[in-house]
Amino acid sequence: MDILIQQIVSGLATGGIYASLALALVMIYQATDVVNFAQGELAMFATYVCWTLLGAGMPYWAAFLSTLVIAFAGGVVIERVIIRPVENAPILSIVMVTLGLLVICNSLAGWIWTYVQKPFPSPFSSTPFKVGNIVFGAHDLGQIQVTLLVLLCIYLFFRFTPLGLAMRAAAHNPVSSRLVGIRVGWMLALGWGLASVFGAVAGMMVAPVLTLEPNLMGGVQIYAFAAATLGGFTSPGGAVLGGFIVGVVENLVGTYVSFIGTELKFTVALAMIIVVLLVKPTGLFGSTVVKRV
Amino acid sequence: MSTSRLPRLLGLLALLAVACALPFALSNFRLFQFSQVYIYAIAILGLNMLTGYNGQFSLGHGAFYAVGAYVSAIMMDRWNVAYGWTIPVAGVLCLIIGFLFGLPALRLEGLYLALATFSLALAVPQILKYFEHWTGGSQGIVLTKPSAPFGLRLTPDQWLYFVTLAVLVLLFWLGANLLKGRVGRAIVAIRDNHIAAEAMGIDTALYKSLVFGVSAAYTGVAGALSASVIAFVAPDSFNVFLSVTLLIGSVIGGLASISGAVFGALFIQFVPNWAQDISKAAPWAIFGIFLIAFMYLMPFGIAGGIRRLWIRVAGAPVQGEGRGVSSPAHTTTRMEESS
Amino acid sequence: MSVLLEVQELEAFYGRTKALHGVSFSIVNGGITTILGANGAGKTTTLRAISRMVRTTGTIRFESKPLEGKATEDVVQLGIAHAPEGRGTFVHLTVEENLRLGAWGRRERGRLTDDFERVFGYFPVLRERRRQAAGTLSGGEQQMLAVARALMLRPRLLLLDEPSLGLAPLVVREIFKILKTINETGVTILLVEQNAALALDLADHVFLLETGRVVMDGPSDVLRQDDTIRRAYLGY
Repeated sequence: MDILIQQIVSGLATGGIYASLALALVMIYQATDVVNFAQGELAMFATYVCWTLLGAGMPYWAAFLSTLVIAFAGGVVIERVIIRPVENAPILSIVMVTLGLLVICNSLAGWIWTYVQKPFPSPFSSTPFKVGNIVFGAHDLGQIQVTLLVLLCIYLFFRFTPLGLAMRAAAHNPVSSRLVGIRVGWMLALGWGLASVFGAVAGMMVAPVLTLEPNLMGGVQIYAFAAATLGGFTSPGGAVLGGFIVGVVENLVGTYVSFIGTELKFTVALAMIIVVLLVKPTGLFGSTVVKRV
Repeated sequence: MSTSRLPRLLGLLALLAVACALPFALSNFRLFQFSQVYIYAIAILGLNMLTGYNGQFSLGHGAFYAVGAYVSAIMMDRWNVAYGWTIPVAGVLCLIIGFLFGLPALRLEGLYLALATFSLALAVPQILKYFEHWTGGSQGIVLTKPSAPFGLRLTPDQWLYFVTLAVLVLLFWLGANLLKGRVGRAIVAIRDNHIAAEAMGIDTALYKSLVFGVSAAYTGVAGALSASVIAFVAPDSFNVFLSVTLLIGSVIGGLASISGAVFGALFIQFVPNWAQDISKAAPWAIFGIFLIAFMYLMPFGIAGGIRRLWIRVAGAPVQGEGRGVSSPAHTTTRMEESS
Repeated sequence: MSVLLEVQELEAFYGRTKALHGVSFSIVNGGITTILGANGAGKTTTLRAISRMVRTTGTIRFESKPLEGKATEDVVQLGIAHAPEGRGTFVHLTVEENLRLGAWGRRERGRLTDDFERVFGYFPVLRERRRQAAGTLSGGEQQMLAVARALMLRPRLLLLDEPSLGLAPLVVREIFKILKTINETGVTILLVEQNAALALDLADHVFLLETGRVVMDGPSDVLRQDDTIRRAYLGY
């Protein structure tokens, strides 16, 4: 029973990372029908930026916040400069551009920082936290807190601020948004900026666990796809919940089912994707798009 | 339209003549590369049929390529079947598998189908390694390149070049007939407006599954050819990267286009090499830049770009080939109704 | 009476298809103008041209300022509110959020309470439903919401595209009465309608479009008597 609770909490921690990345994917998908394949790589790049800042002597939280700001700016710039020229092209062409971004990011990161694995610090103490007989890793708990804090801020932003409302409107109905004077292009750019922030959070939280190297986010990205599929690509809240569920399920399966070794490590994610797609493709909270014929 | 067909036919024949002359001018390695281009072109045409003409996104065609390659390899290695026979067998097997895959895929659209096929592609190397007894596990299967028959004085690479070229010409000719006729129009109609196609009496379920099957068959044949040309199959050659590469080739070449398949194949074969020549340190960054640049300049692919150029120069739309693909949801939100 | 909007030799294109073939008209400040015509005549296209939603050649001047190079968002900021065909409601957002968004393009940001009171005054049902998702409103209520949202901009010119479409006659009559009231507060209205009878009743001035060309242009009481219009568009 104790182990179960420990594994659940641990699963929630990794789930938070999947939730952040899944949220980034869903935000951009909702607004543009494009799956940003480069999301994980951009997150990895942001994590390297943080690593560089830390190496230059910046204290952790200062580096963390600076990285979030840089990630935001980077996302906005990428949308305005790289995505905008193709925004009216067929969807697959835009996807190609995100694939291009993916390989560029990965390759650049390897070139700038080499493929040698680097340790990445965790801001949380290494002494575990005990409640009775149950032991929780401090990093796990800290991770959950950071993820929840970021998600809360975003929720409040979208729900209660005028800019958040405008962004929601732009994602939902760009034509009507223009008719009320919203600059939809810039809303998209802000969306990319925020998505990059979520990605950066995910990257910086997972790097202490997996160690920093250019392929850091490869596996995480697949789990994020599973999370978004489970929760629904049209539902940001669903993607977040999906992330937590995937994290917990992955952990529990890993603990209790013996033949899932490292060989089949994506099996859980892939199985979830297939099952969801067979049963309810739009996910737990996604809504089926009603199209006018 | 026989007046515009003749120049086209002559042009194609001229290209064919050049292609046949190449083996006597190029090194074995270059021939190997061009054989690979023809193989990719066949695979990409398969993918094009499904994604470009029929609008079903597949991020998992590498799986069919792998099936074709392994079927061919196992038949040659275990049962000593001549390589020539393995190719149609691979094709038929993939036709069936593709059709069967197409049935549940009917329920999935756009993004969801892409996700499902993506998951399939991810699983392929794992599955191949799992069935070690058949596939030789991670070590793969080593094969020997077939030599030219009838004592023809051709090196194996030259002979294989002609084989792949012949299969290419045959399959492209078949494909062109299929896509430019009734079947092709039905497939495109399903892509452009699924519901209207149903309402017109097209059995969309049947057509969609059939296209999946034929598409898989083409890619399977390509895989079978590659087994002979490379003389080696191993699970890690058929990872998700292969599927993505085929899709890249498809989009770069031009989605709803037959000639696009060749352009796309040339791109995925040679551009990575050029990228390496340009930068040893970060070749994939260069590749990515090429990819993005192509999409800026030719968002409808190379074939699409040529078509537009032709329209500007000649003033009239070129007959026959379909337009670029857009997903149903995409079309609806951007559709403007006049009043 | 000053000219608020002046359109000259306007051609509009959907891709390579020309939908308007050199349309010219002007709208005076403070009036209600209606554009009549059959399906496909180019009425909606005309409104879209003013809102810069289609590619055009020719000139459009609003308060003597040219609109040609501008984006839709800029046109809104100049004080032109457009309630599009099909209402264009943000269906997943609440009524209140829809209204709030209506004020987004306003130059002078201020407190919105006065504006809310005003539109709720015109359309009390919206106040009742203010926290409901806009998609759950009936057709008539959504049309009211579309007009209300446009009013939140405090526009100088209100473009309305087929407000009667799909609505019960009683509801339509109510909305048209409110439009009259709104006009009396100084908002110029340009109305596209297929329902010729209602439109002729409300408007001061009429343009008749046929396949992208203006074929008739004049005060509504004069055109109402015209035989062609009577037979083709009023049905008697």
